[in-house]
Amino acid sequence: MTTPMPPTTKGALEQREARLAWGLLLPTIAIVSLVIVLPLLAIFWISFKPVGLADLRPVAPVIRESLRERDGDYRLEYRVRNSSQTKTVTGMGFTDQIPDGVTLLDVPPNCDLNGAALICDFGDVEGGFNERLRIPVTLDGDPEILEEIVEGSEPTSRGQGDSVLTNSAFTLENFARIFDGDEFWDVLWATLFYTVFGTIGALVVGLFAALLLNKSFRGKGLLRGLYLFPYVSPIIAVAFTWVTLLDPFSGSLNALLIQMGVTSGPINFFGQRPLALIMVTVFEIWRYFPLSFLFILARMQSIDTDMYEAADMDGASPFQKFWYLSLPMLLGILSVLFLLRFIWTFNKFDDIFLLTGGNAGTRTLTVNVYEQAFAISNIGAGAAVAVVIFVMLLLFSVLFFRFISQEEGL
Amino acid sequence: MNLLRQGIVTGGVIGLMWAFVIAVTVSVALSFASGLGFRPGIWGCLLVGAAGGMALVYVQNARWVIVGGILVAMTLLLTPLSPMFFGEGVSIMWRLLAVGLFGLFTIWPLERMLVEAHVGALNRHAFEDAVIRFLTGFGYIIFTAIVLIPFYVMVMTSLKSQQALLKNPLDFSVDLSRGLDLFRSYFELFGQFNFGSYLWTSFYVSVLTVFITLLFSVPGAYAVARLRFQGRAAFSRSILLIYMVPMIVLALPIYIAFSMTGLRNTIPGLLMIYPVTTIPVALYMLQGYFRGLPGEVEEAGLMDGLNRIQVIMKITLPLSLPAMVSVSLYVFMIAWNEFLLAFMLLDDPSKFTLTRGVAMLNSSEIPRQHLMAGAVIATLPIMVLFLGLERFMTKGLTAGSVKG
Repeated sequence: MTTPMPPTTKGALEQREARLAWGLLLPTIAIVSLVIVLPLLAIFWISFKPVGLADLRPVAPVIRESLRERDGDYRLEYRVRNSSQTKTVTGMGFTDQIPDGVTLLDVPPNCDLNGAALICDFGDVEGGFNERLRIPVTLDGDPEILEEIVEGSEPTSRGQGDSVLTNSAFTLENFARIFDGDEFWDVLWATLFYTVFGTIGALVVGLFAALLLNKSFRGKGLLRGLYLFPYVSPIIAVAFTWVTLLDPFSGSLNALLIQMGVTSGPINFFGQRPLALIMVTVFEIWRYFPLSFLFILARMQSIDTDMYEAADMDGASPFQKFWYLSLPMLLGILSVLFLLRFIWTFNKFDDIFLLTGGNAGTRTLTVNVYEQAFAISNIGAGAAVAVVIFVMLLLFSVLFFRFISQEEGL
Repeated sequence: MNLLRQGIVTGGVIGLMWAFVIAVTVSVALSFASGLGFRPGIWGCLLVGAAGGMALVYVQNARWVIVGGILVAMTLLLTPLSPMFFGEGVSIMWRLLAVGLFGLFTIWPLERMLVEAHVGALNRHAFEDAVIRFLTGFGYIIFTAIVLIPFYVMVMTSLKSQQALLKNPLDFSVDLSRGLDLFRSYFELFGQFNFGSYLWTSFYVSVLTVFITLLFSVPGAYAVARLRFQGRAAFSRSILLIYMVPMIVLALPIYIAFSMTGLRNTIPGLLMIYPVTTIPVALYMLQGYFRGLPGEVEEAGLMDGLNRIQVIMKITLPLSLPAMVSVSLYVFMIAWNEFLLAFMLLDDPSKFTLTRGVAMLNSSEIPRQHLMAGAVIATLPIMVLFLGLERFMTKGLTAGSVKG
């Protein structure tokens, strides 16, 4: 008699289930790889490329055709131009069908007339190439109608522009540039300050808010809704409100502080070092404390009340109950929140961009991506910063997964 | 520490701290409400607070202390030790109101805080309870203030005229005699700045994003939650990893690709990206909910001859309607509030979403109240949704973990 063994091969049902699962997941996987994985790979590629904002316009031949008249003589004019000022176009040329009624009196040296087709070739042309071909013609018919026909038919152009994004020119210049000098350390310092204090601040403030609302009283729902306002409203609205409120010239807060005698002159909250960095961190805390508040409150309400009753019987004081009972129970959610918020604060771009535009010592790594790519028009350098961000994130993620596997939830 | 636990000292210290908090609160509140000058008088308010706190520990009948506190505060008004000082042109009625409010809101809550305090050494419980009550009161005031003030300023600024704003930045009083002219900034935004079209664009982009997100994430979430296949755990994890990719890192290559393919400045281009940023969140939220549904119901359906797709359509989805509402609201909120991609990918004012339109108003040539009116227009729909469906929204936020 053989002992019963679990089957070692997959059954038909099991296989069908797996197939169905992958079928259901396929659309998600496809679109996510298209929009997330592909750009991530692209960013590595671009970071090694000497590419600026202007290089995004394709390098190509531009041909314009017109029929002109001077002193009763007609001539066909082609304007042939390389769209780029710096890049070469190889094998540039065009083919145009000469309509009936137009007879060429002369064929320029670069061109050939093959039946009705005019074929011109210029070979490889440098950047900034710009030439006019003027061919005298005789017209047979109404010049106006012929002009319309001539200008209505586009010549077909030939020629390969060399795109810096796809050629084999690589450079380490981008990385050398972003790591160069003190600027990088400034940026790194701002990023770490913002991330660490923003995260811890939001957690502590959120914990305080959760402690306030962890009892039942009338109007609790209202307050809870109210405390979530900063998080649910659009970033653009609250950021501009803060800018308006803290404006050194027409801001209400400055007016209030001066009137109360706290300062003698207006304070430029978002315009001076190191205050600007502190203020954007305060904004970050203000905007994201609701989130930690919500999570901590949810966890608090799931703590068993028996424990507190037992503590009461033993004569524990309120602070002792918080320190020895609540806090250890909340440690799990607090550390998970810390790790997640740390990474998301690190990734945050909009807030600082809208508040200070990265000025006055508030340029974090993410803002630096934008600055390099669009303000300085150096896409390559922007991509290099993005790569640095990505590598740092990878590091955080390793830590994150090491911790999170031990913690509950999420 | 032992000295601090003497009832009389506890009362005095908590009293003066609370009095200071209230003096600042009353000054700020009245300044913002009237535009006039109010500021706390440090020594006066500390005096009232400390004396009130001690008196409440001594005297049994609190009502007399409250009345006494208000009267003392009003008397001090005439001396250099006034608990509040005033700017020019503050009438006597405002002054009395300010000091009266200060007296009332100092002594009355103090009485609640010090209810267990008595003369002599307090035990640990009574002392800590008093401290906690003080912190609680302080917390309510500070949180309500920091949340409300920016929104108050936003709404009130949008109703002001440029001159009034420059003349006194503190004056948020509403001049009702202006009638409909109060909403001039809004009329101008809708009339000249095309905000009606931005509102509509934002709305349909957000709704389409919700639909596309659900279309992709419902089957995905079901597969992860219910079906067994190799790599399920790995897949769950990689969903979380996608959470962690910063948008700006993706925005750069997307900008390049869209520039080269002509998708920049188009709404379909935006609609290709928005759902992808929300699908992982939605998938994660939904699979958590699907897992919580009883599997037996679905098995019964399978036994009765439904196939998996029919099970999802006829059993799982109807059962998870509340979760779908939460997810939809959450995704709607993300899409509505999205700024970075709209800012980078849209240049053509006829195709702006609302957030992009508000960003356009941030220029030195456009008056501040227009910017604030734009901010109100962008915030209001989300607030209405949020307050109306708070239960679902809160659930969505907690379940959707911490994307932001």
